[in-house]
Amino acid sequence: MSSAMHPDEATARRLAGLAAAPAAPPNPDHGDGSLIDEPGVRAPLVLGNRSFGDVTNIVCGYIENKPARWWLPAVLFTGSIAGLGGLFIGYLVITGIGTWGLNNQVDWAWDITNFVFWIGIGHAGTLISAILCLLKQKWRTAINRSAEAMTIFAVICAATFPGIHIGRQWMAWMLFPIPNANAIWPNFRSPLLWDVFAVSTYGTVSLLFWYMGMIPDLATLRDRADARLRRNPNGATILPFVPIRIDRVRAFVYGLLAVGWRFSSRHWHRYEAAYLVLAGISTPLVLSVHSIVSFDFATSIIPGWHTTIFPPYFVAGAIFGGFAMVLLLLIPFRILFPYMRDLITLRHLENMAKIVLATGMMVGFAYGMEFFIAWYSGSKFEQEAFLYNRLMPPFLVGEGERYAPYWWAYWSMIGCNVLSPQLFWFKAMRRSPLVIFIVSLLVTIGMWFERFVIIVTSLHRAFLPGEWHMFHPTLVDILIFVGSCGVFLTLFLLFARYLPMFAMAEVKAVLPQASPHHGEEPTTAAYSTTGGH
Amino acid sequence: MARHSTGPIYTTESGVPVHGIVAEYATAADVYRAAEMIRDAGYTRWDVYSPFPIHGIDEAMGIRRTRLPILIACIGLTGAALGYLMQYWMSAVDYQLVVQGKNPASWEAYIPITFEMGILSAAFTAILGMLAFNKLPMWNHPLMRKDRFLRVSDDRLMICIEACDEKFDQEKTRHLLEAAGGTNVDLVEEEPEPVKEEPAGH
Repeated sequence: MSSAMHPDEATARRLAGLAAAPAAPPNPDHGDGSLIDEPGVRAPLVLGNRSFGDVTNIVCGYIENKPARWWLPAVLFTGSIAGLGGLFIGYLVITGIGTWGLNNQVDWAWDITNFVFWIGIGHAGTLISAILCLLKQKWRTAINRSAEAMTIFAVICAATFPGIHIGRQWMAWMLFPIPNANAIWPNFRSPLLWDVFAVSTYGTVSLLFWYMGMIPDLATLRDRADARLRRNPNGATILPFVPIRIDRVRAFVYGLLAVGWRFSSRHWHRYEAAYLVLAGISTPLVLSVHSIVSFDFATSIIPGWHTTIFPPYFVAGAIFGGFAMVLLLLIPFRILFPYMRDLITLRHLENMAKIVLATGMMVGFAYGMEFFIAWYSGSKFEQEAFLYNRLMPPFLVGEGERYAPYWWAYWSMIGCNVLSPQLFWFKAMRRSPLVIFIVSLLVTIGMWFERFVIIVTSLHRAFLPGEWHMFHPTLVDILIFVGSCGVFLTLFLLFARYLPMFAMAEVKAVLPQASPHHGEEPTTAAYSTTGGH
Repeated sequence: MARHSTGPIYTTESGVPVHGIVAEYATAADVYRAAEMIRDAGYTRWDVYSPFPIHGIDEAMGIRRTRLPILIACIGLTGAALGYLMQYWMSAVDYQLVVQGKNPASWEAYIPITFEMGILSAAFTAILGMLAFNKLPMWNHPLMRKDRFLRVSDDRLMICIEACDEKFDQEKTRHLLEAAGGTNVDLVEEEPEPVKEEPAGH
């Protein structure tokens, strides 16, 4: 049998006070050590023989130590982009929706594209925290906190766009069923109103889920600040001339948010019950949200929108785009924060790459099925919409023949979403952070184009040729979208600085020494590479 | 802290009431075995403190299953029903709105919002109910004044048997904790402020 000692086994021995075994030569096939493919061996979730204290120190260290030199310039940069976007939103509110490139035919364009793009990105966070929790996928513990944070920031970006696209933004409160002077209520048969409820519920529940998961970790930060204060009440101050201690601020703010959590097992019992229920109700919620977003289109009679495949197609696409965004954020963080590589291993990246491949195939299937149904339905308008609004490039038709003016958008979408993830069939590709990063970037771009293709190519040519108009984005369109990216990144950078990026309590719970039966015979046999049944 | 009015009130030599006795354990396996011993000794007012939920500690401590999920289900279903009634009342009673020739009272279109309202109320119940059943927020606790206790949020495992337990006895309880493998056994003093009487818990 293999002579390499399993990392879990090494940790177990170290904690039991046994002498360190001679280091086994690293197996190049196992990458950083997490890529063990032997069926009888559990790949370690945390590398480097980390103890509970190591996990605390790594995660809290990012918050308590001085920020890395890149952090402040990065926040200032993304913050100014966000501010620019805010300025242009202000300009839009003052001037009107005419500052966008909308016209009589294309009355939804980048605004709703961006809305669907951002809300879709959010879905990966809930999938990781809820569905993978129900499926008992322990590897989720390394990524769930940052993915949930990403969800909330994406929902914030998403909610901006329906809010500003309504024209008279100061009337946005009329989206909700609030008594008003006209004594009239909203139309509850409209999917647009369902959307208001779905997205606000989704944002609220995601926030609750995120906060509840963070309570124990905030308590850890509180206790560390408190312990430092007790050792040395005259620690560093927030500014050289302001006599307020940083640790006092931390103990107060984190302590307030931690609601006095004291790690009691009776509390943990109810906490875990509540967490499981939240995961259970978030699972149908996340599926419902993008289904309802797709009803905005599917319940209309516009060719290209009027399809029953939209709900599952949108949900798969949302998870696809969301995982790409998680990878896009975490791969650079893995490089910038070196210890993070022990928590987010190559195995984590590989698992996510597999999900990107699987959901990418679902999305590709849906693209194909749209064409099949357009043909099978015998509806002339459907067929025309797909062939001559989206698919046909000019070089495939003769001189003077008609072609799809948005063919480049359609083919960008196919290239990014269907072709690029196919690289992940190859083991070497889905184990290379660089390749995963590039594919994730392409998928993110492709998913934006998908929404653009669905919305604009279907709208720009209605049933009468006299109603045909092209859509051209204006600077305001572009800068508000770029601004939303700035908001998203700024919030994520602030999160990485001030809140625990990893669910410490959950990561500790999946360490082998956290098991109450650790060290007993049957368990060690299960970890051992030589043991068997 | 809530105290049972029965039984003697233990005090330290300086006269401060005793909250309980705390002991440290080295590993999750140790604290698990200790919990089983304390449960079998018949204690009820005690707790295991660990930086992460220990798998199966509920059984080892003899904790009854929480009724929180039932509460969540009840309030979730109530929220869904109220969501449905809201839509029905607004569209079919208060101001009838005929859309696409449909009967204003036809229920199908109300389902998405009914579902979302059910989820929303269940989610709030889950987190607020968890906090309420745990008697949180409680920003002050006698244990938090112990320097060693602050390490529980990092990597320590502790058991505290509270003085309000009927079986509590300074000597016997201390011996039990030590026999169960505990180290750094220590008395925990109550908050110095006068303690307000609270009705017995859930």
